[in-house]
Amino acid sequence: MFLPENGLILGTGGANSLAALEEAVVASETTLVTVALRRVDAAGPGLLPMLDRLGVRVLPNTAGCYTSGDAVKTAQMAREAFETELIKLEVIGDERTLLPDGVELLKAAEILVADGFTVLPYTSDDPILARRLADAGCAAVMPAGSPIGSGLGISNPHHIELIVQSVDVPVVLDAGIGTSSDAALAMELGCDAVLIASAITRSDDPAAMAAAMRHAVTAGRLARAAGRIPRRFHALASTQDDGIAEW
Amino acid sequence: MKLTINGQTQDRSGTCSVATLVAEIIAAQRGVAVAVNGTVVPRSAWGQVDLADGDRIEVLTAAQGG
Repeated sequence: MFLPENGLILGTGGANSLAALEEAVVASETTLVTVALRRVDAAGPGLLPMLDRLGVRVLPNTAGCYTSGDAVKTAQMAREAFETELIKLEVIGDERTLLPDGVELLKAAEILVADGFTVLPYTSDDPILARRLADAGCAAVMPAGSPIGSGLGISNPHHIELIVQSVDVPVVLDAGIGTSSDAALAMELGCDAVLIASAITRSDDPAAMAAAMRHAVTAGRLARAAGRIPRRFHALASTQDDGIAEW
Repeated sequence: MKLTINGQTQDRSGTCSVATLVAEIIAAQRGVAVAVNGTVVPRSAWGQVDLADGDRIEVLTAAQGG
């Protein structure tokens, strides 16, 4: 299984420094982190050696791609660079929302699955598109809770639950998480993992937030397994009326 | 010959393989991928592929990103 046992994938984007990122990776206790692929002069040194030293696995992404063609090419470059079949497939529709372009995404997913990749698509919270991606052979689906970096949390929890019900592959809540309660909610809704970048790396204390997210994911997963009580419109006393004193 | 490497044009004399070019640009090999004219060149072929006049080369590596 490519997902970390603790259910937390860390996105490495947005950190102020490599040192801060390293502390966050350690505190998250994750075994899988995302990386992007950029021209060597713009990428800056040291990221991969640090991740290798920590023993975490790399999940390359196709961030910044707007077409299936660009995303496929970037994925092929990532496989060559990192010697992994794993790819977080991102094909975005516009820069204002950074939401996925479902048509291009599905097209790229089909090509990459046929080429032997383990495709983890960043998708919208549309249950039908998620099912189409799973049917195309994607190894997981990763719906956005809300736009990347927005910190708005899970704007349509019902759709996330529908996706969990609709597909047989793991569901990873990707994008939009703002704080630990959002991560717990994702797991309570039945997600198998969460992918968090900005909410950790852009917080005031990335290492502390990484620890908070780790605990939240664990709490949410435990709560899901424990089975929550149904919601009721009115109260239901937890203390019996029998034996109450009369005055 | 004129090469365009990561968007920058460069004039070179003599032959130059992908391997030679990569070694000039970056010390590490792991985490590096090369495309010539839009086609990925596998690491195992870097030594055998000579660059030609007008080639566009992309040399990419890991960067922080979610």
